[in-house]
Amino acid sequence: MVNRRDILRAAGAGLVASSIPGLALASANTEARFVLVILRGAADGLAIAPAYGDGNYARVRGELALSSREINKLDGIFGLHPALADIHDQYRQRQALIVHAVASPYRERSHFDGQDVLENGAAGVGMLRDGWLNRAIAPLGGSLGNEVAIAMAQNTPLVLRGDNSVTSWAPSGLPDAEDSTIERLQDLYAGDEFFAMRLVQALDAQAIAEADTGMTQMNSRGNEAQQMQTMAAATARFLRAKDGPRIAVLEAGGWDTHANQGTTSGALANRFEGLDAGVRTLREELGGTWSKTVMAIVTEFGRTVAVNGTRGTDHGTGTAAILVGGAVAGGRVLADWPGLRNSDLHQGRDLRPTTDLRSVFKGVLAEHLQLPDAEMHTSVFPDSAAAPSMRGLINSA
Amino acid sequence: MKLETAIAANRFGLGAKPGELDKVDRNPRHWLLDQLQGPSRPAREIRDLPDSASVLVDIQDLRREQRATRSLEDDEPAPDFVQKYGRTVRRHYLEQTNARYRNAARTDYPFHERLVHFWSNHFAVSADKQPMPAIAGLYENEAIRPNVTGNFADLLIACEQHPAMITYLDNQRSIGPDSTLGRRASRFRSERTVGLNENLAREILELHTLGVDGGYTQDDVTSFARVITGWSVGGAAENGRFAEGTPGEFEFREIIHEPGAQRVLGKRYSQSGVDQGEAVLHDLALHPSTAKFLATKLARHFVADEPPAALVDELAATYLENGGELVPVYEALVNADAAWIELHSKYKSPHDFVISSLRAFDHVPDNGRFIVGALDLMGQTPFRPGSPAGWPDTAEHWGGADALYKRIEWSNTVARVVGSRVNPVDLGDAVLGPAFSASSRKAIGRAESNVQGMTLLLASPDFQRR
Repeated sequence: MVNRRDILRAAGAGLVASSIPGLALASANTEARFVLVILRGAADGLAIAPAYGDGNYARVRGELALSSREINKLDGIFGLHPALADIHDQYRQRQALIVHAVASPYRERSHFDGQDVLENGAAGVGMLRDGWLNRAIAPLGGSLGNEVAIAMAQNTPLVLRGDNSVTSWAPSGLPDAEDSTIERLQDLYAGDEFFAMRLVQALDAQAIAEADTGMTQMNSRGNEAQQMQTMAAATARFLRAKDGPRIAVLEAGGWDTHANQGTTSGALANRFEGLDAGVRTLREELGGTWSKTVMAIVTEFGRTVAVNGTRGTDHGTGTAAILVGGAVAGGRVLADWPGLRNSDLHQGRDLRPTTDLRSVFKGVLAEHLQLPDAEMHTSVFPDSAAAPSMRGLINSA
Repeated sequence: MKLETAIAANRFGLGAKPGELDKVDRNPRHWLLDQLQGPSRPAREIRDLPDSASVLVDIQDLRREQRATRSLEDDEPAPDFVQKYGRTVRRHYLEQTNARYRNAARTDYPFHERLVHFWSNHFAVSADKQPMPAIAGLYENEAIRPNVTGNFADLLIACEQHPAMITYLDNQRSIGPDSTLGRRASRFRSERTVGLNENLAREILELHTLGVDGGYTQDDVTSFARVITGWSVGGAAENGRFAEGTPGEFEFREIIHEPGAQRVLGKRYSQSGVDQGEAVLHDLALHPSTAKFLATKLARHFVADEPPAALVDELAATYLENGGELVPVYEALVNADAAWIELHSKYKSPHDFVISSLRAFDHVPDNGRFIVGALDLMGQTPFRPGSPAGWPDTAEHWGGADALYKRIEWSNTVARVVGSRVNPVDLGDAVLGPAFSASSRKAIGRAESNVQGMTLLLASPDFQRR
């Protein structure tokens, strides 16, 4: 069914396209779905997936250690935090895997630089002003007004910024502006590419949201778990829409647990609960589309292995990443485990990273989104030959 | 009317109120420089706010009440307590937010006020961690406002010693391993880990002074964390050692302070007590990296997302030549020709957009919910940047597609409420002056109603930029 915003979007895209040469109209050419979840603030990998079977774990983690009874076991060494119950269910159904002792190429301890490297995909801070996921989607089709990727927020995070047109969406409690007002704004913006393009992109997301009665009623109220569920539900609606985006980016904050991070309950456990609820909601709302989906849950770096003076952990290096989704070849923990003895640690304090997070991203982009290998090591992740694409992350079926 | 008038009122100020441009036009640069003289002159509702110490005491009392009434079977706080606590925090938050934006909507010193907001964002405490929502606005008025036209070192020390910052970055219980309490704990092999928390030390170096590339190492972070052990808040516990001190005020706790000299950035600090940390902060304030970092942020905020290197160098040099005095830096900024070349060099943040709309409408909201709702919708919830880095300051960040759509929806909603009172073309002339382009003027003049014209005016590129 064609709705109001669809018509305005098409008209607007035509208007902008005529002023920008070479802008074609096309929809996405893949059925695969990819959801990137960025945990901002450096999530504690040893709390996500405690190495309960490592003989040094209980000692080095002190009062933050979880016992083998408290965790959900993954294998003989690793477990999952008990609040990640749904992810554990997916693991048992071979639809979730953990990559441990993983890190981006960044080796300092600033959140903001760490997130910059995580998102820009370059070998270092500030080396690129656009994001690896934006650069990666070029072969997937899509165009202005038919965006392949959506940021689930008002603004677009760095990982999705760049030359390829993307959109964004967040719930609204305000009445929609009249069609005639939008039309006049399109005229008013015609001479200003910055505004003109953004309005068309917004109308793309609005057209999908408007066609889905559940979404217009969504709001951003509630506690963090509820908000995460709202955004996960909205993400699912976009990803299952016909001709909708195939790629979504979600962000969640509050992982910087310097004090009182807690164990089976507490501040960090509450975050895990919200995240887990988000995964469950996305899976349920996606229905059959879940089988074509990979969700990657990542953070900028990990935290110190030892507990600090305030029952928390300080900024570290290696951490854990989660892949979950119907297309994931799961039920495994992938780790070249560095160990937890003092001499094993990075600079005597952090989990030593043994896997480059870019290898994980490359594996998903290549095997799941079928993106060409050649570009992966050059334009998407420049100077990353040392981080080979990780194979076998995706179900071949 | 001069182009400089529009730039002064909209880029350096908070957006013109009707009639304000005529005043500015007499001498735009003087209009700005005059606002740097004398103390901050906030509106009554800001002056009437309670002080943060009393709010912190109220909140602490509430928490203690919670612990006392906590049921023994489960560890969950009673639901009526959660409600009461939430209501109290929210009341303070709305009151402070309302006061901040009412003041910004009316002030005749908008350049001064923009500087308050700028530094408040530079030294951000984010209201997503308790009890920040109840005190973030008070912190701005107590630590930032009195120091924006003073010396940076004083501003720095006021912020790092404010209970809001100490609590936000977890320093109140950071314990020196060789302090009296630290030694006692290790002697008794207490179950609890006792030691440093390096959060505040790291963020002072990275975000408040040197900047991330400013030339410090992990060892500097750790030794600086030792230096500021003991920087705490009075009455941080109901009884015992942490109960000492005036509740809700800065308290130096000798008992957890790491004794002895420390080396930070190659310099040895052998002072004792709180002096040691203050000495480090004084040196950090005058470090060339700090000068460069602050100059870059100021130039980015007032001139362009990618500020001209020559301007940054000039501001940094001015800062160092004047020993960290801030007014000469602001003066250099206002007097720099580079700051006046481009009319619309910045895309407004939601904060800027909402304040400038209120000023244009000459409308003062009497309910903090209206402001919080609007800014939340546009992705910039007041006092809640989500991290100590504060809000970003570039169009790249604020330029999300949905964010623009939310501005349009909000413009439309506000126009429906106030739009019939004024003619949108007249208002555009009055608040944008020479920054009101002929094409916008024409499009708005052709609107089918006043309400639609007002929506177009607020959503127009001319109004969305500064």
